[in-house]
Amino acid sequence: MAGTIWVVGEVGADGSLAKLSIEVATLARSLAEAAGGDAAGIVVAADPSGAAAELARYLPRVVAVAEPAADGHAWAQVAAQRAAAILAAESPAAVLTGAGPDGRDVAGTLMALLDRPALVNATAVTWEGGGPSVQMSVFGGKLVTTSTFTDGAWGIVTVRPNVVTAEPAATPGAVEIRAPEADFPLPLVKVVDRIEEAAAALPIEEARVIVAGGRGVGGPEGFQLVQQIADALGGAVGATRAAVDSGWIPYAQQIGQTGKIVKPQLYLALGISGAIQHKVGMQTAGTIIGINRDPDAPITEFADLVVVGDLFEVGKALLEELGRRA
Amino acid sequence: MKIVVLTKPVPDPAAAAERLGPDGRLDRSASPSVINGNDEYALEAALKLVEAAGDGEVILVSMAPPNGIETMRKGLAMGAHRGVLVTDPALAGSDYGSTVAALVAALRQLEYDLVFAGFDTSDGVGGVIGAAVATKLGLPYLSSAARIEPDTASGTVRVRRISPTGFDVLEAPMPALVVGTQLLGEPRYPSLKGIMAARSKEIVTKSLADLGLDGGSIGGAAARTTVTGQEKPPARGATKVVRGTPEEGAKAIVELLAARRLI
Ligand SMILES: Cc1cc2nc3c(=O)[nH]c(=O)nc-3n(C[C@H](O)[C@H](O)[C@H](O)COP(=O)(O)OP(=O)(O)OC[C@H]3O[C@@H](n4cnc5c(N)ncnc54)[C@H](O)[C@@H]3O)c2cc1C
Ligand SMILES: Nc1ncnc2c1ncn2[C@@H]1O[C@H](COP(=O)(O)O)[C@@H](O)[C@H]1O
Repeated sequence: MAGTIWVVGEVGADGSLAKLSIEVATLARSLAEAAGGDAAGIVVAADPSGAAAELARYLPRVVAVAEPAADGHAWAQVAAQRAAAILAAESPAAVLTGAGPDGRDVAGTLMALLDRPALVNATAVTWEGGGPSVQMSVFGGKLVTTSTFTDGAWGIVTVRPNVVTAEPAATPGAVEIRAPEADFPLPLVKVVDRIEEAAAALPIEEARVIVAGGRGVGGPEGFQLVQQIADALGGAVGATRAAVDSGWIPYAQQIGQTGKIVKPQLYLALGISGAIQHKVGMQTAGTIIGINRDPDAPITEFADLVVVGDLFEVGKALLEELGRRA
Repeated sequence: MKIVVLTKPVPDPAAAAERLGPDGRLDRSASPSVINGNDEYALEAALKLVEAAGDGEVILVSMAPPNGIETMRKGLAMGAHRGVLVTDPALAGSDYGSTVAALVAALRQLEYDLVFAGFDTSDGVGGVIGAAVATKLGLPYLSSAARIEPDTASGTVRVRRISPTGFDVLEAPMPALVVGTQLLGEPRYPSLKGIMAARSKEIVTKSLADLGLDGGSIGGAAARTTVTGQEKPPARGATKVVRGTPEEGAKAIVELLAARRLI
């Protein structure tokens, strides 16, 4: 194989590496193995040492760019211009980023800076015939397509969360710290303030179990029951747009087309009809259970189990039943 | 205040009738077309900002087949002032690179303070075009916006960007490109008056030649990605429906959880 499979690591405002990046790195390493080639990572941050060391647990080689501008500016543009300088000097076999907000921003910017094609929102990636073969779930999950780059051209692939399980390499890789090279100037955007909001204890993208509430939950009080069941199952709380629009729960917990796409082992839906725009965010969950008083709600078409009944009555009985087992 | 909103006509997800043609391209005749849901949030924000400014216009720009005009009318009925539809037979089967080139060329022919794009599209789920268009045009790029506050006096725009821990407040000089989110607020429904008014609003159609682009190096002929396969996802098992007392329901849930080793 000619070239290296590169991963652009995503770094948060606190300098930490995103969890999605170690999944993407694990994927890149296994693709490189299949291709008989190399995998490497790029980390751009004001102080990249921590994130680079973390990424190097998963990849044989990490190039870290110490970029002061990453402090106080929107991260993705800063990272993309530095990553572009590195990638332009290499001959990559492919470039992988996460398919979350930062990864998409980096991917879109790299696409334009380096004039490369992109395959997006991968649900699985294999290496075939010298390039990535990328599966995507389209049309609300009705179809899975496989796509490749044409004529062996290299391109950028964005990867969804939970496509692979992150696994460190047997031995950590080497980190090489570089000064920024200014080959791809971009207008940088200032961060003038950071506002902290009370965030959910466990981000829903990372949760193994999600208990979600919809309009049927009836109000913020109803979400206390959802939270109790989530606590009993060791899970996180999710919601539909109807619940978010009503102001019962923050947008960060919305699942669906305009919210997050999740893939937990268990998805328990309380008072959720299962509209297509919600379904696209959770249909790949391992086990889907609904509690709904309407036996004809769309969720009965794709759940494993639907209990027909009042969610408060069934929910409380469930808490008791779980308590008895604990 | 002049705002361009990039709106993509997409197959209506609610109709759930989408399919690919034998060539691996979207079969656009299979499904009714609507404005991409995420673009409506951006459009709503643009309409409110221009209303608040008291002057200016909201211009829709789409790249789509000729029937994109009908979808664009819906945006004009919501209150946008005019539209530019980039359409050309050579653009069928475009990949991201060609879509970006076409949108960039259309934007170069317009004057604006801000360009808005949606968070992603329901048919493509890329969320990459906004960043690419901004980069090609050399515009500051502000993404994941929950709030957009332009200030004409200082010529800057402030955006609340959704972050993992809350919001980052971003600031950049205008013109700039902003990618919106659902948090911008519920899009309005077109009023009857709006629907009537939309009939006489201007939609200009631009071919590749009108944009100074060459059909050989853009569009389907130049696509650098290929769909090599399509299959139905593995079917989920049948749904078990349990009716009975709350206790029986709770037991059924716990039994399934235990059987699948989830508790
Ligand atoms: C562009 C666009 C994007 C969208 N994006 C999203 C998205 O990202 N995420 C999302 O979730 N939605 C999204 N939607 C909205 C989606 O179409 C649905 O409106 C929404 O998912 C419905 O939420 P819900 O299931 O909570 O409410 P409803 O559809 O109103 O369902 C409530 C359910 O609760 C049941 N119920 C009520 N009371 C009880 C009770 N006491 N006990 C038991 N059951 C009860 C009812 O039988 C019903 O089935 C989007 C829509 C559009 C147009
Ligand atoms: N064909 C198109 N015409 C107009 N705008 C588009 C088109 N494709 C994408 N966009 C814009 O770019 C955003 C992101 O698209 P995507 O990267 O394809 O998910 C959309 O929400 C639109 O605002």
